[in-house]
Amino acid sequence: MRDPHPVIPVGAPRPEGDGTATDAIALTDVTRSFLLDGRRIDAVAPTTLTIPTGQVAAVVGPSGSGKSTLLRVISGLLAPDTGTVTIGGSPVRGPDERVGMVFQEPRLLPWRTAEDNVAFPLELRGEGRSARLARARELLALVGLTGFESARPSQLSGGMAQRVALARALALDPPVLLLDEPFGALDALTRDRLDAELLGLWERIGTTIVLVTHSIPEAVFLADRVLVLSARPGRIVADIPVELSRPRRWEDLDEAASGRAAVAVRRALEAHGATPGPGVAA
Amino acid sequence: MRRDLIAILAVGTLILVAWQVVVVVGDYPPYLLPSPFDVFDRFSDPRVQATLLSHLGTTLVEVLLGLALGVSLALLTGFVLARSHLAERLLSPYIVAAQATPILALAPLIVLWFGSGLLSKVLICALICYFPMVVATTVGLRSIDPGLVELGRSLRATRRQLLTSIEIPAALPTILGGLKIATTLAVVGAVVAEWAGGSSGLGVLINLARGSLFDIPLMFATLITIAAIGVALYLVVVLLERRLVGARA
Repeated sequence: MRDPHPVIPVGAPRPEGDGTATDAIALTDVTRSFLLDGRRIDAVAPTTLTIPTGQVAAVVGPSGSGKSTLLRVISGLLAPDTGTVTIGGSPVRGPDERVGMVFQEPRLLPWRTAEDNVAFPLELRGEGRSARLARARELLALVGLTGFESARPSQLSGGMAQRVALARALALDPPVLLLDEPFGALDALTRDRLDAELLGLWERIGTTIVLVTHSIPEAVFLADRVLVLSARPGRIVADIPVELSRPRRWEDLDEAASGRAAVAVRRALEAHGATPGPGVAA
Repeated sequence: MRRDLIAILAVGTLILVAWQVVVVVGDYPPYLLPSPFDVFDRFSDPRVQATLLSHLGTTLVEVLLGLALGVSLALLTGFVLARSHLAERLLSPYIVAAQATPILALAPLIVLWFGSGLLSKVLICALICYFPMVVATTVGLRSIDPGLVELGRSLRATRRQLLTSIEIPAALPTILGGLKIATTLAVVGAVVAEWAGGSSGLGVLINLARGSLFDIPLMFATLITIAAIGVALYLVVVLLERRLVGARA
């Protein structure tokens, strides 16, 4: 049996990033602040981070620790104040085509059918109707929504709507998926199921994923590593590898290994004055 | 839908019956309160039909042109106000003041300046439609879910794509709500404008029926025709709404 997972301090060499192919995502000295009522709020403290191609990284941290800001900086929705972000070695300048995003809310256009929502990114890029609808149907099948092509968002359950959002994020075949608490608004059972389906999907397409979550079990189940952010300004205070074999299934998860990882995440959160509430951590 | 229609007709019949009962019980002469039968007599007279139809044409043209002018100006203004808080602060006091000034007081002035032809009628109609449409457009564009706009940005939508694919469709239900108010007000505007000066139109016909003709049943028939224009235009907007946003629910 392995040792309990060590908490790797920031700045220490991270084995995942070494000697492999080009890192999918690299952040160098990235900071980002906001002006709030004339006062400067630092959301992201200087952050240097690499995520290798095909890795699933989870980001956990207390509310307001800049997790979402970090994700938006990676996606190009927000420009960093300082530092650089690269994807596949080339810099991110503005909203980037190589990134697919899923937000906490599905953000479907209520006047469009499911397939037209999934086809929306292709439509914005000027692809022809038949090509984009064929692709949309393929993607809906991939997320298990065959038969719901012409459903309206108002007719879909929360879980189904979020699957449509996931399909839409995959429409342009992005090498990087950024998920901002994607299943956080769903009930626990639906969430577990979608986590399992997300992993199944990832096993097939091998996208690099950065996932912001409030749920430690979800982080441990999905991720190769869990990045723990401190309270604002968000700083990576721990980088915890999850040594669980893949493919992972909820039913036959190695409880000892997942428990160790979860404990390490919790300790890191506690050490930085930010324990998630019992409801969130459960 | 069909059940609705039957219920609506039943209520209408009830109103007619009540009207007739009041006339019979109160024993009113037709020049004070004509009975539904007196009014129906007028409607069935071919000469009256021809008169009503020609005045209806005049009023309808005024209403439709006024609506088109007022609504398009209001859409533009609403768009500017929604985009610029500065423009809203500077302009909204005057827009509100224009609305707060009674149209009855403004109408004679507009007729004085622009003559008693079609132009002054269209301007008065446009003025009365303008305010509710500005408010609806501004509110509609302002209350768009910022998450949808961020989604559009994350998909690299251009400004034009954001407007046509996200902002306008998202604001449409509110804008159509404003259009419902505007269409009914436009009819009021046309009649007021015709009273302020004009030679034809349903507003003029009301004045004629009340004054030189002293034909109160005809006046009632005219009133009913005016109301019918309002209801018909309103229904057009409802159909438009059902077609454009009905599928969301």
